[in-house]
Amino acid sequence: MTLEKLPEDRLENELADKKPLYTEAEAKAEADRCLYCSDAPCIKACPTEIDIPTFIKKIASGNVRGSARTIFEQNLLGYSCARVCPVEVLCQGDCVYTGWGRDPIQIGRLQRFATEAATRPGQAPVLVKKVDVGVAKKRVACIGGGPASLAFAGYLALEGHEAVVFEKRAYAGGLNTTGIAPYKLHADDALHEVAWVAALGVEVKTGIEVGADDGPGRISGKKLLETYDAVFIGVGLGADSKLGIPGEDGPGVYGATEWIEKMKLEMTRAHREEVAGKRVLVVGGGNTAIDVARECALLGAADVAMCYRRGVPEMSGYAHEMSGGRKEGVRLVGHVQPVAFVRDGGGKLTALRVARTDASARAIAGTEHEIPCDLVALAIGQSKLSAVAAALPGVELDKRGCVVVADVATCVTGNAKVFAGGDCINGGKEVVNAVADGRNAARALLARWAGK
Amino acid sequence: MADLSIEFAGIKSPNPFWLASAPPANSGEQVMRAFDAGWGGAVWKTLGDPIMNVTSRFGGVDYDGRKLMGLNNIELITDRPLETNLREIREVKRRYPKNVVIASLMTETKNDWKVLIRKCEDAGVDGLELNFGCPHGMCERGMGSSVGQEPKLLQEITSWVKEFAKTPVLVKLTPNTGDIVEAGAAAVAGKADGIALINTIKSIVGVDLDRLVPLPRVGNASTNGGYCGPAVKPIALHMVAALAREPGMIPISGIGGIATWRDAAEFIALGATSVQVCTAVMHYGYRIVRDMIDGLSEYLDAQGMKSVGELRGRAVGGYQEWGDLDLSYKLVASIDAKTCIGCQLCVTACHDGAHQCIFTGPDDRPRPPHAHAHGPAKAPRPLPLGAVAGARVPWIDEPECVGCNLCQLVCPVPGCISMVEVPNGEPETWNERVRQGRDKLPGGIHEGN
Ligand SMILES: Cc1cc2nc3c(=O)[nH]c(=O)nc-3n(C[C@H](O)[C@H](O)[C@H](O)COP(=O)(O)OP(=O)(O)OC[C@H]3O[C@@H](n4cnc5c(N)ncnc54)[C@H](O)[C@@H]3O)c2cc1C
Ligand SMILES: Cc1cc2nc3c(=O)[nH]c(=O)nc-3n(C[C@H](O)[C@H](O)[C@H](O)COP(=O)(O)O)c2cc1C
Ligand code: SF4
Ligand code: SF4
Ligand code: SF4
Repeated sequence: MTLEKLPEDRLENELADKKPLYTEAEAKAEADRCLYCSDAPCIKACPTEIDIPTFIKKIASGNVRGSARTIFEQNLLGYSCARVCPVEVLCQGDCVYTGWGRDPIQIGRLQRFATEAATRPGQAPVLVKKVDVGVAKKRVACIGGGPASLAFAGYLALEGHEAVVFEKRAYAGGLNTTGIAPYKLHADDALHEVAWVAALGVEVKTGIEVGADDGPGRISGKKLLETYDAVFIGVGLGADSKLGIPGEDGPGVYGATEWIEKMKLEMTRAHREEVAGKRVLVVGGGNTAIDVARECALLGAADVAMCYRRGVPEMSGYAHEMSGGRKEGVRLVGHVQPVAFVRDGGGKLTALRVARTDASARAIAGTEHEIPCDLVALAIGQSKLSAVAAALPGVELDKRGCVVVADVATCVTGNAKVFAGGDCINGGKEVVNAVADGRNAARALLARWAGK
Repeated sequence: MADLSIEFAGIKSPNPFWLASAPPANSGEQVMRAFDAGWGGAVWKTLGDPIMNVTSRFGGVDYDGRKLMGLNNIELITDRPLETNLREIREVKRRYPKNVVIASLMTETKNDWKVLIRKCEDAGVDGLELNFGCPHGMCERGMGSSVGQEPKLLQEITSWVKEFAKTPVLVKLTPNTGDIVEAGAAAVAGKADGIALINTIKSIVGVDLDRLVPLPRVGNASTNGGYCGPAVKPIALHMVAALAREPGMIPISGIGGIATWRDAAEFIALGATSVQVCTAVMHYGYRIVRDMIDGLSEYLDAQGMKSVGELRGRAVGGYQEWGDLDLSYKLVASIDAKTCIGCQLCVTACHDGAHQCIFTGPDDRPRPPHAHAHGPAKAPRPLPLGAVAGARVPWIDEPECVGCNLCQLVCPVPGCISMVEVPNGEPETWNERVRQGRDKLPGGIHEGN
């Protein structure tokens, strides 16, 4: 896993940070504004319960390294969370200033200020690995190198245990590297964070898929169970779902996360023309749909429309994201259902054929019409990666295909040696939830080993 | 991680952070919670004959939206029975043997002191602090600051106490005195083991303009109170430093406006061995000590200091008489165009409150009769690199800048205005000029003197 492998002139770098790093002066001014509430509501609204007022007051007092430490105590991936968390509906949404009709404290931006330097190379470590483990040193393996696994592995490594992360892709970091909108977090920044976690003592093995059997670039779940004291499943979600309508297979139609990954990691500025000036349709009404739509709009698409089978109130995407998208030129075509992709004689995509929908989101016969387009991104959900989990004895899956855990406080599965967290247990939430799961699983395991 | 532990006149403490004798150290339940949060020690709310209090008791000074820049109180010493306090002290020491508990005391006759000291030491306190500082209520009864303001009396009572005490004795001084060094010397002469300062400053916090009664209002009247909080820190810093540079000085516990590790580090650099905190805890709670501990050890690490002891007194040598300062040392203000937000507060401050040498644009020049001794201001430079076009970045007529740093102090953007050192000849002090007979400048500084 190296940073050098990423192409320099990646297309994603065309999309600048929407919330740039605060200067020291800006951070101090904002930190001074925090009231240092007691039993602060912002803490409760953070899925990892970071002690927000304490870290903010440490910024105010000039103790920035101590501030980072306060954050990492609860959230090892506090750096990426600072940049990707939907703070509007989490911590910041509950800041007491909001109830007073005033701007909430910019918690995310302060958190980035506190953690950015601390996670860069060449810094004296703010977290110190335990030398004396206290109990016999254990070895754990993680399946998948996303935020859930990294949090799990990092917290155990800090306690002096051995943690190995197996990631099938060439880069670890999970969706932080492959999926987050670039104006929030670029892939190289995500990889910096992965390198920082690795430096805590986590071994990150990329290009190794955990599956049914062992071989080059492959290792079986069974083998992991035999070799390690515990196994953590953090595989996230699988491929983008498809519509299953005529004309879907062929050029111009992409799964949303597939396209985002390509845009972030492979496409260079030379590929900009594949979006710029094009008419883009996005199918879906969730956050992935809004993200891909905004990305296309910001890359210069001539027109970006989201096709959604219900109306605005039913959209699962955040209102603040949608209103940001609208300002960037994203429009919403509500109450439509795709019925076919229209291609010309050469197979080139020319339009999406849609039908209007009724109140129960069912297509109304006779209302079909075409929306011309050059590119379609499907953001209607992702499949579940259930096979890896299902192959481990005792591990159960629910009806949706999610891994069943006893509770999120322990994240232990039906097999006491196996833990799971992140998107593969909740069906797809946020990075911060994945981190909370990984951390909780690590704590549960540490408590077990300590005989508590 | 640097070693934060200290030894104060023989009293060992895990860190230099103690609660001052005040409401946060009023009861055992509170003190134990404070120790859990990380406080190294606590000076118990002053013990003596229990008193009666009035309401309201406190008044606050807010500043531009920040609350409690200053706090004023008219509260007296403890209103709890002595036996209750002693029982709780015993319990705290039993459960927290490594933390410091000091009993603050205030009483009248020699025999009263004797009895009170014996009871406190029997309860297991690590030391005693004599409250010669309370400037309201108790002083009307001949105690508190009325002792601290009389060096002879202070010395005499201190030596009584030293007759009886087996544990180290700290004398807590009042700032309401003409010369703190005189009070400190009296404590040393009375054989005290340490000095704590400051107690609160005599004050009236405000006036209720509807009722025309001073604040805090007790019915239709009020009384002077004691002032503390961030606003008093500079006064306390001076008094600590003034004592610290006296030869033969005993350990000092610095108090007054401490809220962060920075404040604490400043007191320690000016000679304090431990620091005590009241207002900041009353405002934000015991939890503030976490950043104090964390921040101080980060700071010591960054300075390459292995222990807090290495910081102690390091700035005392830099506190000198005005007459020994270098008159040739020259600073001029410099504005960072990249961070300037164009509020032009510096312009107003310099023009109305300083030396009229910051200007807003090419056409803005000193006008007669304000033309300066050095002649008209030089033309402004083009907007510096990085400045936003059309930005309201002011420019400084450097030869006219006297380096007072008022502009830097009013600038809302930290780091935007910096004071830059410019070469300015050989060092020379006023005292040297006096010795050379060059201390009269009839024509002022511009006449080539
Ligand atoms: C487009 C998009 C945008 C998003 N934007 C945000 C946002 O702005 N803010 C936010 O908080 N959340 C966002 N999310 C959600 C967030 O990214 C996820 O909730 C989070 O990444 C889940 O973490 P995880 O560790 O569970 O899984 P992932 O991040 O998905 O990581 C799983 C990793 O496991 C690897 N893996 C899978 N199977 C195997 C195997 N068999 N062997 C080895 N490796 C395997 C995968 O390659 C992947 O790297 C977004 C999601 C998407 C799809
Ligand atoms: C409400 C209140 C009560 C106080 N009571 C006492 C006391 O009983 N004994 C004492 O020595 N000092 C007392 N003080 C003074 C404090 O111990 C301390 O010296 C002073 O407040 C300065 O510190 P600060 O700026 O951190 O508040 C009191 C202060 C306040 C605000
Ligand atoms: S709720 Fe807002 S003001 Fe209060 S502690 Fe949290 S960030 Fe600060
Ligand atoms: S702070 Fe507590 S004791 Fe004081 S007036 Fe308010 S409620 Fe009463
Ligand atoms: S006070 Fe500071 S920010 Fe304001 S104009 Fe002057 S230099 Fe610029």
